[in-house]
Amino acid sequence: MSFSLSSLRRLDRRWIFLTVGLLVVVPLVTGFHIAPVLPGSRAKGFYDAVEHVPPGSTVLLAGDYDPGTIAENYPMHLAAVRHLMSRNIKIIAVELYPGGPPLADRVFHIAGEEFHKRERIDYVNLGFKSGNEVVMSQMGSSIPVTFPADRSGVPVGQIPVMKGIENFGQIALLVSISAGYPGTKEWVQQVVSRYHLPMVAGVTAVSAPEYYPYLQAGQLQGLLGGMAGAAEYEVLVGHPALATRGMDAQSLAHIFIAFMILLGNLAALPQRSSAGRK
Amino acid sequence: MHLSGEIGVWIAALLTLGIFSFLYKDNPAYKLCEHLFVGVSAGYYVVLTYYSVVKPNLLDPLFLGVKGHHDLLLVIPLLLGVLLFSRFFPKGDWLSRWSIALILGVYPALRITGFGQGDFVEQIHGTILPLWVPHDPATTIGNWILIVGLLTTLIFFFFSKEHKGALGGTARVGVYFLMVSFGASYGYTVMARISLLIGRVMFLLHDWLGVLHL
Repeated sequence: MSFSLSSLRRLDRRWIFLTVGLLVVVPLVTGFHIAPVLPGSRAKGFYDAVEHVPPGSTVLLAGDYDPGTIAENYPMHLAAVRHLMSRNIKIIAVELYPGGPPLADRVFHIAGEEFHKRERIDYVNLGFKSGNEVVMSQMGSSIPVTFPADRSGVPVGQIPVMKGIENFGQIALLVSISAGYPGTKEWVQQVVSRYHLPMVAGVTAVSAPEYYPYLQAGQLQGLLGGMAGAAEYEVLVGHPALATRGMDAQSLAHIFIAFMILLGNLAALPQRSSAGRK
Repeated sequence: MHLSGEIGVWIAALLTLGIFSFLYKDNPAYKLCEHLFVGVSAGYYVVLTYYSVVKPNLLDPLFLGVKGHHDLLLVIPLLLGVLLFSRFFPKGDWLSRWSIALILGVYPALRITGFGQGDFVEQIHGTILPLWVPHDPATTIGNWILIVGLLTTLIFFFFSKEHKGALGGTARVGVYFLMVSFGASYGYTVMARISLLIGRVMFLLHDWLGVLHL
């Protein structure tokens, strides 16, 4: 037993890559199902915050991510837009990541057709602006000055959904879909704390633990962490899609990695014991 | 199986496979994909910044005017922006310091005030919790764990006195809380990396090969 475990330390790691790859591909192709997705309190907080926004109000949707995190952020982005449109809430979208605008366009194209919503009347994508916190801070003074035109170059004065929108005072909720910097943390620091705007966030799993203190302190009303958070939200919205489909592959890969961590530690035990004796 | 007929999907799929080939070993296909990514990203960023920031926020209001009004104050940011390019000329590169000084002044000010309001004050406020919540043992226990974890972790980072005796014991409890926090972060990191793999596999199976129906 000890021999076989110690031989694990010489295992070519490409076998592990191959196994993880198979554990991801097989459930997706075969439709293998482990367990249903059950929404947790954080996803419910996100859902409830959107439910509390009165129809006809305007929400600011920050899509601060790019294709690098599309697997995690895109499903929650799409689910959030579907939820907002289903409740007839107007959406103003901005992106502080250069790669964000085309992804927001895609989300609006899909959800807009499903709910028969029209661009610039029910929603608008103001696009990318560089400047990070400076952009957020300037939006507090004037959104039309910060974004004089939408992504296609149409002046904000000619966009019906922007009528009466001056600053955060006319925004009912801030929805942040974030991959890192600039993103949820900066929106909390620059906007929530100063303007007391209610906010929910959908973030990548790797950054999620960073935002739990904001949730605990009430600065965030809800939080979606990674693909699991997105899947929970998809279930709540009643439209299981990309994230829900990926959860079985996710679970199998996690079980395998946990098993390998356990096995690796068992293999390292004899070495640690001998080092301790010395 | 229904292979995609879109050239863009084929390029994306082949680039994905090129990047994945690094898992076997470093190779020229991986290097090609990597260099393409860096070059295309830089070009995309330059064009996007011009059309979404420089043109609508600076050039149009300054030279074309909005409703017949030319915002002449924008000459100042234009000048500061141009000065940044003086770094290409060794004799005049000191001129760029004016612009950099402004950036260095504005950013820390914004970040410090943001941190003070968003993190420092609000997080202290968030830890002022009742230690006894009637008829709610779960919240009571949760509040105790949070406060004990906060205090012991803070004591772990108190280095003005040697960690011995009561101080050492308390700091050790703080280490356990930190360990739990690192474990949670690691778990989330694994989930993030697997999610990215799932995303690419879904693209290959659905958009490219057409064997997966979503």
